[in-house]
Amino acid sequence: MTIISYFLKTIKNHPNKTAVIDGSRRITFMELACQGQKLGAAVSALCDGAIRKPVGVLLPKSIESVVSDLSCIYAGNAYMNLDVKMPEQRISNILDAVQPLCIITDRIHAKLCAGSDVPILLFDEIITLGDISGEPVLCEQYKKLISTDPLCLINTSGSTGTPKSVVLNHASFIDYTTWGIETLNLSEDEILGSMAPIVFDHSSYEFCLMLIHSCTLDFIPESYPSFPARLLQYMVAQKITYIFWVPTIMVNIANMDLLSRIPLPDVHMVWFAGEVFPTKQFNYWRKYLPQATFVNLYGPTEITVDCTYYVIERELQDDEPIPIGYPRRENDILILNEKNELAQPGEEGELCVRGPYLAMGYYNNPEKTSAAFVQNPLNTAYPERIYRTGDVVFTNERGEIVFKGRNDSLIKHMGKRIELGEIEHIIINTLKLVKNGCAVYDYNKKQIVFYYEADAEIETSVLRREIGKDLPAYMIPTRYVHFRELPRNTNGKIDRLQLKNLANQ
Amino acid sequence: MEKNIYKILNELRPEFDFTTSKDFIEDGLLDSFDVVALVTELETNFNCLIDALDIVPENFTSIEQIIAVVRKNGGTL
Repeated sequence: MTIISYFLKTIKNHPNKTAVIDGSRRITFMELACQGQKLGAAVSALCDGAIRKPVGVLLPKSIESVVSDLSCIYAGNAYMNLDVKMPEQRISNILDAVQPLCIITDRIHAKLCAGSDVPILLFDEIITLGDISGEPVLCEQYKKLISTDPLCLINTSGSTGTPKSVVLNHASFIDYTTWGIETLNLSEDEILGSMAPIVFDHSSYEFCLMLIHSCTLDFIPESYPSFPARLLQYMVAQKITYIFWVPTIMVNIANMDLLSRIPLPDVHMVWFAGEVFPTKQFNYWRKYLPQATFVNLYGPTEITVDCTYYVIERELQDDEPIPIGYPRRENDILILNEKNELAQPGEEGELCVRGPYLAMGYYNNPEKTSAAFVQNPLNTAYPERIYRTGDVVFTNERGEIVFKGRNDSLIKHMGKRIELGEIEHIIINTLKLVKNGCAVYDYNKKQIVFYYEADAEIETSVLRREIGKDLPAYMIPTRYVHFRELPRNTNGKIDRLQLKNLANQ
Repeated sequence: MEKNIYKILNELRPEFDFTTSKDFIEDGLLDSFDVVALVTELETNFNCLIDALDIVPENFTSIEQIIAVVRKNGGTL
């Protein structure tokens, strides 16, 4: 059973309904199916019918990227969306590590992967959007798949400088999506105000919700989050009913007190995930959207989008954290303490996940896979994988799970997951800009700070420009502090804790 | 005021040359986080409070537009 089995029902029941709104352009489910198959046939032809392999999609978030992702599925392969704003070097690192069958792109973006020897398929040479005349093209390679075959690959920050590509299968996205529909009563008429970049797992969930449940995706223009008033006006005009956002933008809207002036009467479902939503700003949203259901979701990509959820029903004080709640269906949460035993209520421990919908692993990366997906220490009788998130949590007196922090150098910045070690690796080893350095996060100002060792101070503008050649904008540190010698601890290692405290003074 | 605004912009985004850009938004010189940071800096430097409804793309495309929006919201040198 693949996601296409569900999509066939959607096409049959709602052929002429709008699947995706992208600015002034729209595409119906029938058009999506026709063009997805046509492109899928081209993918299959180019790759000699290979299946269960990754195919890169290097396009901005658009109707074209949706058709492309779907075409990969029809062709029996897994799509891997690539961010067109990523530096070319990073794209090339990913392509080297994953070796996709081919890349779907267009004439404008093809130059971003010009240095690669992966075959290229130009969308605009094969598909004319809106034109479904002529004989329909069938592409039925997907029929050879089973539910544990890969649906997509999602790249996450990795400390060695090359992203890790998480392999997620059909079954896990089908389960996540149908769980949402059944548990939170999502209707077929939802219009989802989509803001997640296509390289995020949330975006793949939205894609699956559209395919499975015939919901309409409305792609919010990329510049609108910079201008919250414009964003809200757009939501009203488009009659958006459902949003799944990272809290950053919602916090801005609250701080500007915009909902009192631009109410959102049509929005009745608000999901958020990706970082901690400060409760004060959350309470503001709740006050102005009394009709809405608010859900806090939590989870790393490795367990398929989210593994816990909390429907906010009780009152929360401004200084009380919003719990991450309870395990989602078919996910078991183990909170393991330092002795690898189950933590007692109130005791802090690492959140670990058990269940059928863990990712298959990291593509072409057995070492990282076996380090993150490990044997359940509570089960010595037979093989059973768990995923160790590295997040520290505890259960409160109500039995709700509460997020406490991280036990390593992974941070959430602007809703994106970043390994600070990756920033260090790129600056020190790849670009060789400084002798040594340490990236830490300033939690108050929400900035990445880079402390570095060099003979002389280097101009911030020079550092930013050079680093920008290898790292995406959100990973470029904001502040740079020069040291002739960085503080060391007794083992002679850079004293991270001291630097972290310095940044957070 | 113009000089000060260029200074603020250059500190936010040292890798770009704002003097040659005809449209800061179109040219991608300001992304989502920067506009929020820019508004905060303008408010602090020019002692004003910019109305959230004035934070729209057309008011941030050029140095002249930014000066106009600061003046409109009571900003002084």
